[in-house]
Amino acid sequence: MSALYGIMAEFASADALLAAARRAREAGYRRLEAYSPFPVEGLAEAVGFGGTRVPLATLVGGIAGGVGGFFLQWYSAVVSYPENIGGRPPDSWPEFIPVTFETTVLFAAVAAVVAMLAGNRLPRLRHPVFGARDFDLATRNRFFLCLGADDPRFETGTARRFLEGLAPMKIVEVEG
Amino acid sequence: MSSPLLSPRWGYASITDKISDIVLHRPLHWIWGLGFIVAGALSVVFFGLVGWLFLAGVGIWGVNIPVAWGFAIGNFVWWIGIGHAGTFISAFLLLLRQKWRNSINRFAEAMTLFAAGIAGLWPILHLGRPWFAYWLLPYPDIMKLWPQWRSPLVWDIFAISTYLLVSLLFWYVGLIPDLATLRDRAGSRAKQMAYGLFALGWRGEARHWKRFEIAYLLLAGLAAPLVVSVHSIVSLDFAIGNTPGYHSTIFPPYFVAGALFSGFAMVLVLAIPLRKFFGLEDFITLKHLDNAAKVMLATELVLAYGYLAEIFTGFYSGDKYEIAITVNRFVGPYAPVYWTLFALNILVPQLLWFRGIRRSVSALFTIGILVNVGMWMERFMIVVSGLAQDFLPSAWGLFVPTWVDWTMLAGSIGFFVFLFLLFIRALPAISIFEMREIAAEEKE
Repeated sequence: MSALYGIMAEFASADALLAAARRAREAGYRRLEAYSPFPVEGLAEAVGFGGTRVPLATLVGGIAGGVGGFFLQWYSAVVSYPENIGGRPPDSWPEFIPVTFETTVLFAAVAAVVAMLAGNRLPRLRHPVFGARDFDLATRNRFFLCLGADDPRFETGTARRFLEGLAPMKIVEVEG
Repeated sequence: MSSPLLSPRWGYASITDKISDIVLHRPLHWIWGLGFIVAGALSVVFFGLVGWLFLAGVGIWGVNIPVAWGFAIGNFVWWIGIGHAGTFISAFLLLLRQKWRNSINRFAEAMTLFAAGIAGLWPILHLGRPWFAYWLLPYPDIMKLWPQWRSPLVWDIFAISTYLLVSLLFWYVGLIPDLATLRDRAGSRAKQMAYGLFALGWRGEARHWKRFEIAYLLLAGLAAPLVVSVHSIVSLDFAIGNTPGYHSTIFPPYFVAGALFSGFAMVLVLAIPLRKFFGLEDFITLKHLDNAAKVMLATELVLAYGYLAEIFTGFYSGDKYEIAITVNRFVGPYAPVYWTLFALNILVPQLLWFRGIRRSVSALFTIGILVNVGMWMERFMIVVSGLAQDFLPSAWGLFVPTWVDWTMLAGSIGFFVFLFLLFIRALPAISIFEMREIAAEEKE
């Protein structure tokens, strides 16, 4: 497959990339991707980030862990294997709290990580942008803006001219 | 911030190259090699003795009735406490927006993982029949038995395993962008593949960073209460028992403060050689060491309060056994241990009030070592003294460690150093992307 994935411009600073992403969005481009070696504040919103379910997934995971952890103890101590120790009640819930707390934290943490990876469609070891020249600098000191070829407004000539107008360090075409 | 955390001559590229070259290009130094051989040999001794322990049983240790909890439990509490500073640095200080943490969180988290992992071995070794360790977990077994949920020892299993797993997740998530950096800078195909697989295809896309940051913050929020809860639960292993010297409500906060105190001491002991041998003085600056020393001082004061509260409540209880154990610590058979730990944990750290000491690398390193020795002695004193002389004098008996006790303690320290030496050669010891963030902020 050698269809065009997009056109990518390289910038030297986070501010230049942020400004470029905003300009591209104003120009009507919607399939934007911005790559930076560290999180840049406002960049995700500038490329049209729609929100994330990571916090919700974490909450759900935490609730599931808490309820599940408590149920595990309650079921085993009250239903499955009740023990009468000096007439103490089998449902001694305050003593179930430490384990409930731990399972809550554990499940919430696992849910947060899984939701983050799933939302980012990772792991994905193969991706077109890895083939772009000098893209290895995206994890070092360079900032990249990619206009996706699947954008309805995308047309190779105008996209390239648009990116040139942003004064990038260089422009490369990304093979699909 | 008065002085900058990072000199302006460091840019994104030079930070990246400096930290990743330690892993990718720097040739082995003979000091590293020597340390690796010594630590490796100690690890072999440690696991050899573990094997012997499995064959011969806990009789090769000095434990017996009445002191059935000896070095193994003291070592467990000591190691897990050391781990706490890593989580405190990575989680609490992240939530509090303490940017200076960015250059020390990575290796401190590695310290946490290794220390907590080694800590987790001790209770299992101590079980007597360690091959039944899985009985501690709830699983559908043909005996139709369940763990005893009202026991702090079962809480401990959950606390330690949750702590280990969450610390591992936190550490690994923070590593993903740096693994991508190593993948992109690795010279050989094998290294590219190794780092690339673990980097999961990270490419630094803006939406990815956003989700990453949210997940990272949430993990920090989840890990922060673990710092407090894990050692609190460890302390309940003692406090819920009615042994004199164990049965005290001050234990949870006192244990947590002691954990952070010894953990920060260990951070200093690790950071000082690390910055020297790898030339990282610009990243781990005197300001960092100064800040870590201040945290040590603050937690030391809480710990001192714990010591005093223990003495006060001992007498205030009016319980003759509590009073006897308190007096026994002052003048009894373990009095030398008590007074030494008092000097090392309470008196020596008072030097940290002085700015000159907090900025002296050799003084901090020495204090860090002394505090770790003192904190180990504190755990020994807590575990052993109450058991040795509890209620009836006819049932008293002293604990004397055997050479196996000492050698296994030394071996576990060797194994910790072994893991840490491997870590600094295989993974970036300082978080590269978080240092780039500092560079970006200093530019503004």
